[in-house]
Amino acid sequence: MADQLTMPQTAMPAAGVKIPSADIYAPQWRNFMFVAPFLFFFTTLLVFPLLWGMWLSFHKADTFSSGKFIGLGNYVRLFHDKVFLQSVWNTFYFVLLTVPTLALIGLFLALCLNRRTRTAAVLRTLFFSSSVLSVTIVTLIWRIVFIPNVGLLSTIYGWFGATAPAFISDPSLAMIGIAIATIWWCIGLPMMLFLSALQQIPQDIYEAAALDNANRWQTLRSIKLPSIKRTFILVVIIQIVLQFQLFGQAWLMTRGGPNNLTKPIVLYIYDTAFRRWDLGLGAAASEILFILILIAAMAQYLVTRSRGDQT
Amino acid sequence: MSAPAVSIKGRAFGDHLLLALVILLSIVMIAPVLWVIGLSLKDNAELMADPNSVFHAPYTLKNYINTLGTSSVFIWVRNSIIVAGGLTLGTLILSSLAGYGFARLNFPGRNILFIIVLFGLAVPEQAVLVARHQIFSVLKFHNTHHGLILPGLSASFGVFLMTQYFKAIPKELDEAAMLDNAGRFRIFWKVLLPLTLPAQATLGIFTFLGAWNDYFWPLISATKKDMFTLTVGMASTQTNFAQSEGIGFLMAQAVFAGAPILIVYLFFQKYIVTAVSGAAVR
Repeated sequence: MADQLTMPQTAMPAAGVKIPSADIYAPQWRNFMFVAPFLFFFTTLLVFPLLWGMWLSFHKADTFSSGKFIGLGNYVRLFHDKVFLQSVWNTFYFVLLTVPTLALIGLFLALCLNRRTRTAAVLRTLFFSSSVLSVTIVTLIWRIVFIPNVGLLSTIYGWFGATAPAFISDPSLAMIGIAIATIWWCIGLPMMLFLSALQQIPQDIYEAAALDNANRWQTLRSIKLPSIKRTFILVVIIQIVLQFQLFGQAWLMTRGGPNNLTKPIVLYIYDTAFRRWDLGLGAAASEILFILILIAAMAQYLVTRSRGDQT
Repeated sequence: MSAPAVSIKGRAFGDHLLLALVILLSIVMIAPVLWVIGLSLKDNAELMADPNSVFHAPYTLKNYINTLGTSSVFIWVRNSIIVAGGLTLGTLILSSLAGYGFARLNFPGRNILFIIVLFGLAVPEQAVLVARHQIFSVLKFHNTHHGLILPGLSASFGVFLMTQYFKAIPKELDEAAMLDNAGRFRIFWKVLLPLTLPAQATLGIFTFLGAWNDYFWPLISATKKDMFTLTVGMASTQTNFAQSEGIGFLMAQAVFAGAPILIVYLFFQKYIVTAVSGAAVR
């Protein structure tokens, strides 16, 4: 081993020839050692489980055994399972509630806070701060806001002699309650992405617009909005991918109830695989989620690619 | 004379409207947190009798003393530090090595391997959870610290970030050393690694924060109370919301768990924002 490592060092100077720089970039097996440690964990803990999960989804399996092959049996069961179909619908409904709101409020905040004042900096810090909290703390905060009698909401309504809407227990409002908590939690990222897009607009374009006597509305409509169009699409796709994976908020705020109305796909997977130990069915459900997320991720890839081509 | 005055007035009105909206949104951001802090400082019996008592004295630190009195909280904090710290250290080492390898060195199959690693970015945790859980059951990794650390080491994001960063460093810096036939590891360690400190900080804080806040994997892997991380442990005490030790106590726990993270955020804001935005856009 030691011989192999020292050999080139002694051999080359003896030859006395300057090595052309193409040679140092020639493929060599020992260079592989730098990526090998990561690839070991990547293969054993990501690639293998991914393939194993696909394999499991075609089997009837429990904790320790992989059971017997049942073909598409698990998938057929899924599509006959009312709770699963409900969870798919719930997930789409949740994405629809959160993603447009996050994108629009994020854009609004970015447009307002894109200035060099101290107040704007403090407010940017404030709007991003909730993003660093864990889902446990966020749900604890919002459950205490929504809880009847002692909650912030019912206290505020109480001042006006009104009863607060029951955001957690009312079937038609429960998902909206989860969406509100989620928007509060996630608003920082869209705002920051829009801010960095706005800051990439060259200053001389504004100066040109000012010379043309463009008012603020015109600047917004013909300079700012067109130049962040791609970022807008990107923010929407990123949020779709993120919000598709809703789990903690639903599990901690409503346990998926009432009547499974707030049970998202990931919670269905959790219930099926880790509470009823029907691993095959759970694996099949996670393959479906994987495909849905992959479609969104492909869209994201295409959007980032096309930006790269243009500039 | 009058026309510009009008337009300035119009501007001022628009400004006030926008300002009012931003202030309203800031109140929505901050009011729940103030409410939680208020509740955490109140005696539970008094709170139940009159919710409006939050707005006046007497305030008490009793709930915080009770929180610290539950011995579990310290075990959970310790677990979180071990898990998040271990994962951060591991990620930094693996990602730096692999980033250097992919950015600067050549080996058979490099490009295809890098594409496969990039594909890892698109794989959601849920797609591998079931199989990973089964594998860890067989290996008896559940309810251990390494069982909580290992899955995070397979994440591609760090490798992607470090590869980009190494590629941005001018080649002249290490090419000379490479022509002199200095060992590849020596070049990596002495020449390039010191230059990547900002990226190390970004990736490190991002990984630590992600591991600290992670909920799903610890929930299914750490099922014994003394192996809970803080995030899972806190969630476990709030399951029976109404029957538990009281709302003030739960709120004190939330403040206890949230305050350190918020303080860290205030100090490392720049890195955190860079990392989170970078991870999102990729």
